Amino acid sequence: MAKTMLLVGTRKGLFVFESDDRRDWSIRGPYCDGWPIYHAIHDPESGDIYAAAASEWHGAGVWRSSDLGETWQLSSEGLGYSDGGELKLSKISGLTVAHGRLLAGAESVGVFESGDRGASWSLLSTLDGQPGRTIWNDHANQPPGHLGMPAILPDPDQADRFWVIVQGQGVFETDDGGSSWTPRNQGLRADWPREFDDVGFCVHKLVMAPTDHSRMFQQNHCGMHRSDDGGHSWSEITEGLPSDFGFGAAVHPHDRDTFYVIPLDPGHGRTMPDGHAAVWRTRDAGSSWQRLDDGLPHQHAYLGVLREGLAIDADDSPGLYFGTSTGQVFASTDEGDHWTELAGYLPAIASVEVATLDA
Amino acid sequence: MMADVHLPITLPRVFPDLPRRLDLDAASVDDAIDQLDHRWPGMRDRLCESRQTLRPHINVFVDRERADLGTRLGPDSRLDVIAAISGG
Repeated sequence: MAKTMLLVGTRKGLFVFESDDRRDWSIRGPYCDGWPIYHAIHDPESGDIYAAAASEWHGAGVWRSSDLGETWQLSSEGLGYSDGGELKLSKISGLTVAHGRLLAGAESVGVFESGDRGASWSLLSTLDGQPGRTIWNDHANQPPGHLGMPAILPDPDQADRFWVIVQGQGVFETDDGGSSWTPRNQGLRADWPREFDDVGFCVHKLVMAPTDHSRMFQQNHCGMHRSDDGGHSWSEITEGLPSDFGFGAAVHPHDRDTFYVIPLDPGHGRTMPDGHAAVWRTRDAGSSWQRLDDGLPHQHAYLGVLREGLAIDADDSPGLYFGTSTGQVFASTDEGDHWTELAGYLPAIASVEVATLDA
Repeated sequence: MMADVHLPITLPRVFPDLPRRLDLDAASVDDAIDQLDHRWPGMRDRLCESRQTLRPHINVFVDRERADLGTRLGPDSRLDVIAAISGG
């Protein structure tokens, strides 16, 4: 029987959830010595777990476990910019593994790669020459949360093609392994003045439909958007949602038109509107939206969910999982129709990823 | 004689066989960190932001006086590496 594993990255370490039936769960952790974990992933090829971490005392690095969390090694070899340069590496924000290569997005903005399962790293690109590049690492331009590269989306078909998010600037695509880049923000909305035509957009989360790699969705600071041409152009699909703001997003594994988001209040709170917890689903690529809240708290639930906080598995009846900034994990095994709470008192959650393991 | 080196509790959890205190024949704080890094690869990156500077929340004291990477160690020196006590 296949086992489902959740990797829950929190402010105080990584937790591993496991279940044989997606109903009864065991929880292990915290791992990584309680270091803040910003994103953790499972590599189905090697079986490794990788966790992106940044300690206030000891800097940034990536933890690796080759035995599903029982033992861990930390490495930051090669994860850094040149001494005395303008860039300082303060955090590893996002991880992805594809085509035998591990990629890490960093703050300051840069993408690093590892070909030896995270033992060592090398700088792939800092997107030099892109519009906005000269100002986006300027500390004077940094908001309280700072700006980095929080996510990397690989092309499942082409090893050298992937997309990155630069916070506050937008999506950039490379098709030559990071040697050259193209902004992919046409059609997006920004509610502020921009210095350049094709950057200056605040992309929070970018996902691709597994059944159609030209179909993408993104949760933006300013609205939900869909692309039908691999990110070359975007159309807004916010209408019908309670807010144009949020972070988490997920695509149905078998249906290119079904997509999930968690709208949040865009003000200081950045929690679910009116304290009513809900995930929202479209089954028609964003033409209409349904609120999914059965089993979620309907009042006094001011829950926040960050950009890596919502995950979906590839079961015939896909399971959805989200973790909150107040330490709850909720799950649904029927495409979001009904929800149950798996954990209620974890540290603040930054990321939830799901993996299916063969028995 | 060797310098008496004391390390914070956060480090043995990253380097499992690292003791909290050990003796090193080191000429300076920088030399001591080099020796630690040689025996426990990656140690320098846990303590130093760059080749020239300690991480912002890592403090070192030599014979109970605030020190930096260039501070000299004598044969009877005590070197304390302290992770800042902030945080919650």
